[in-house]
Amino acid sequence: MSDIALRPKHIGARIKRVEDPRLLTGQGAFTDDRLTPGALHVAFRRSDHAHAIIAGIDANAAIALPGVVAVYTADDLAGLVGPVRAISRMRGYHPTEMYPLARGKVRYVGEPVVVVLAENRYVAEDALDLIEIAYEPLAAVTDPEMAAGDDVPILHEEAGTNILASREFSRGDAETEMATAAIRIGGRFRFRRKTPLAIENRAAIGEWDRGRRALTLTLTTQIPGIVRDLLADILDMPGHSVRVIAADVGGGFGGKASLYPEEILVAALTKELGRPVRWTGDRLEDLASTSQGFDEIVDAELGLDAEGRIVALTAEVTGDVGAYSIYPWTAALEPVQVISFLPGPYRVPAYRGHVRAVATNKAPMGPYRGVGRPISTFVMERLIDMAARRLALDPVELRRRNLIRKDQFPYRVASGIVWDRSAFIDTLDSACAAIDYGKFRQQQADARAVGRLHGIGVATYAELTGIGSRISAAPGMPINTGTETATIRLDSTGAVTASFGIASHGQGLETTLAQVIADELGARLDDIQIVQGDSAAVAHGTGTYASRSAVLAGGAATQASRLLKEKLIRAASHLLEAAAEDIDVTDGRVFVVGTDHSLTFREVAKAVYSEMGRLPPGAREELEVTKTYDPVFGTTTSATHIAALEIDPKTYKVTIDRYVVAEDCGRVINPMIVDGQVHGGVAQGIGAALYEEVVYDDNGQLLTATLADYVIPSAGEVPSIETIHLDTVSPSTLGGFRGMGEGGTIGAPAAIANALADALSPLGIEIFELPMTPERLFRLVEATKAKGA
Amino acid sequence: MTKAHRIKTTVNGVISEHTVEPRLLLSDFLRQELGLTGTHVGCEHGVCGACTVLIDGHSARACLFLAVQADGSRIETVESLGEVDNLSALQEAFREHHALQCGFCTPGMLMTCVDLLRKYPLANDDEIRDGLASNLCRCTGYEHIVRAVRAMAAKR
Repeated sequence: MSDIALRPKHIGARIKRVEDPRLLTGQGAFTDDRLTPGALHVAFRRSDHAHAIIAGIDANAAIALPGVVAVYTADDLAGLVGPVRAISRMRGYHPTEMYPLARGKVRYVGEPVVVVLAENRYVAEDALDLIEIAYEPLAAVTDPEMAAGDDVPILHEEAGTNILASREFSRGDAETEMATAAIRIGGRFRFRRKTPLAIENRAAIGEWDRGRRALTLTLTTQIPGIVRDLLADILDMPGHSVRVIAADVGGGFGGKASLYPEEILVAALTKELGRPVRWTGDRLEDLASTSQGFDEIVDAELGLDAEGRIVALTAEVTGDVGAYSIYPWTAALEPVQVISFLPGPYRVPAYRGHVRAVATNKAPMGPYRGVGRPISTFVMERLIDMAARRLALDPVELRRRNLIRKDQFPYRVASGIVWDRSAFIDTLDSACAAIDYGKFRQQQADARAVGRLHGIGVATYAELTGIGSRISAAPGMPINTGTETATIRLDSTGAVTASFGIASHGQGLETTLAQVIADELGARLDDIQIVQGDSAAVAHGTGTYASRSAVLAGGAATQASRLLKEKLIRAASHLLEAAAEDIDVTDGRVFVVGTDHSLTFREVAKAVYSEMGRLPPGAREELEVTKTYDPVFGTTTSATHIAALEIDPKTYKVTIDRYVVAEDCGRVINPMIVDGQVHGGVAQGIGAALYEEVVYDDNGQLLTATLADYVIPSAGEVPSIETIHLDTVSPSTLGGFRGMGEGGTIGAPAAIANALADALSPLGIEIFELPMTPERLFRLVEATKAKGA
Repeated sequence: MTKAHRIKTTVNGVISEHTVEPRLLLSDFLRQELGLTGTHVGCEHGVCGACTVLIDGHSARACLFLAVQADGSRIETVESLGEVDNLSALQEAFREHHALQCGFCTPGMLMTCVDLLRKYPLANDDEIRDGLASNLCRCTGYEHIVRAVRAMAAKR
């Protein structure tokens, strides 16, 4: 076969997205766009107490309102749908029972208590005001450290404690090594609570097929397969009669990657009432009840020798996981990742990290872009910079001395994660070169001389992506997140349909997977249609989360394409009367190499399926292949972020002047899409570092319940982001791809925190808390001045 | 409920009359009464801009307008711009520069851009970013949207 025919044409190319025309013209199929004549509209009366006994509910006036069809409380659901528990094999873990409507007591502001079904949403919401709920308030538990102590109210009596999970990872004798370290740097770090904030609010539409007794749930979800499997269990229905469709989904970022009470209710009530049932959440509901993230307190210490080589690292982490252990990931997901990844891309010979996941009266914590690693990277990168300051070393030089070198891969860290091979030092060098690090330091000195607060911050991190079956996406969780299935079919018209268990919600997977298939199968891009976001697409699927889809679905697509290509060649060898080894496939044609003998996919398909007698008896194979890919462990993605910024000494406004990301995401499928993922991730990291914070008061009341109070960056706050791709093919994955959907959010908070500390270093101020809002900056500077005076 | 009102609107060039409740939001009117689901609803309190449409030639939040206030108005939504197989120049620029990911904020973003490109010089990226700051996008980090608008501004 010729080399030219094998050279990839689509992988690596900047190909415009297949998804765009429909999304640009308002022809997308988002959940709430679906028309459902005769549907009942759902509205939830939610708890306005953080922690209270439900003493009584009077819904008579609501039921009497014209247009209201039904009202349900937890008692009315008994026998209809039970609780969900996120289970785990993790030792010492306590699952929590989550009922679709609060039963007996409420545990956070925003928890659904009563559901109203009405002829339209306006009437359903009118009815909410007519419901009387008598509460007996309990003391609200809002401080996770107090919640972990004795003599505090317990959220879940059956657990007997608010500490839902705890875990420790260690390597060597960290305490002894720390005691003998030449330099010890530490502190208490605080990363404040965030919410994923997709612009599309959560929504669900249930439709019941009376004839087939089948349920279709159209849902804003990243995990249609997981939701289908669970609904089949709790509704006691076969999987073929429960279909979960996530067609176009308006962003997720982890906030649509868990199962929600509203989804269970819409499904159960659709089946019960035999009518379409629809719910579209509003922004208040999103801010109060979508899973939140990143809420940790980290007491950490780093020990180094006199030359700046790390000798030990210790950390005590408390994660505030909110009111429930979320399904399916559990309360352990986010906080445990903090200690799993804290050592980062560095050689850390001795480590001890311990974490507690503590329940409080807040919305449940779930996955949010980066999961744990924005915090672990923030802490580790701050420690490195603080150590560099103590050692009077440049922070870049200190990183060079400690980053895992090329000859040290594969490198196993204390939590059992193995860095297969990644361009740790190369990303640092490339980012420094791009921003002209040395020149910036000179300019900074000039700016400081005239009293300007200029800073530059570096963050290098590593993450595990595309994880396979040997490492669970969440500790001890009994759901297989490590495989992905592709079914690729050439139909009787010659068109290619490729089905997957993933659920794209902005990543452009309909484009990138088609690029992989086009190259591996030899098809034309236009002939390929990707089916995803549908639990019926393949036998088993979970969805899109954890930077997995390009790696896992790309691998499955590669395997299935190669086998389908072999089938095409076998069929064509009869049709073209040539030996199989002389036949190749490209651009939708099967041809005899070095001749003009060829057949289009359409011609082969017709011959195989329709034109009886064209193939010898027994030679006819279905032109369809299903393959499941398992990368077993996964692969390492890494990057260095550098932020250059200035703090206005009067207003404490932070302006980011330059932002560079040098990243190793393996073989790039579509550089345009990779850039977009990096930009978007960094923007969320900038929000996490400077603006975004979910605030609950001491009574557990949510104070950030509008977009005027929970502030995400607009175009004015996000700088132009420069990206450098180090195209180092992963040795561990088929195709050499690495996952890269989350990295931007992992690196940016740390880079900005370091840049802020660098800008404030003339004042001797370190940064231990994010977001560093103008108010917090002002208070830090004032407090330092007061101490100095 | 409250007495219904008769309103007459011109939406994407089509004149029609409807009887609506006074409290019906313009965003719900467009999506539910007219079936124009391209206009998306993200916050219903006027911050995110996903529901941006043009009312008598000016960008406005459809979630902060009541349908009755639009009586006698000329409204343009994303459906007025181009077709799947015949994108407008602005839509094509968005595609070329990868200015959308999930696509949910995109209709509002496009209508804001139509207004910006008609009215303002957009002489540099700061001016473009100022104009785009009325609309929130959680996916793109805005850089590619800025590039698309920059390209369109240069072409005028």
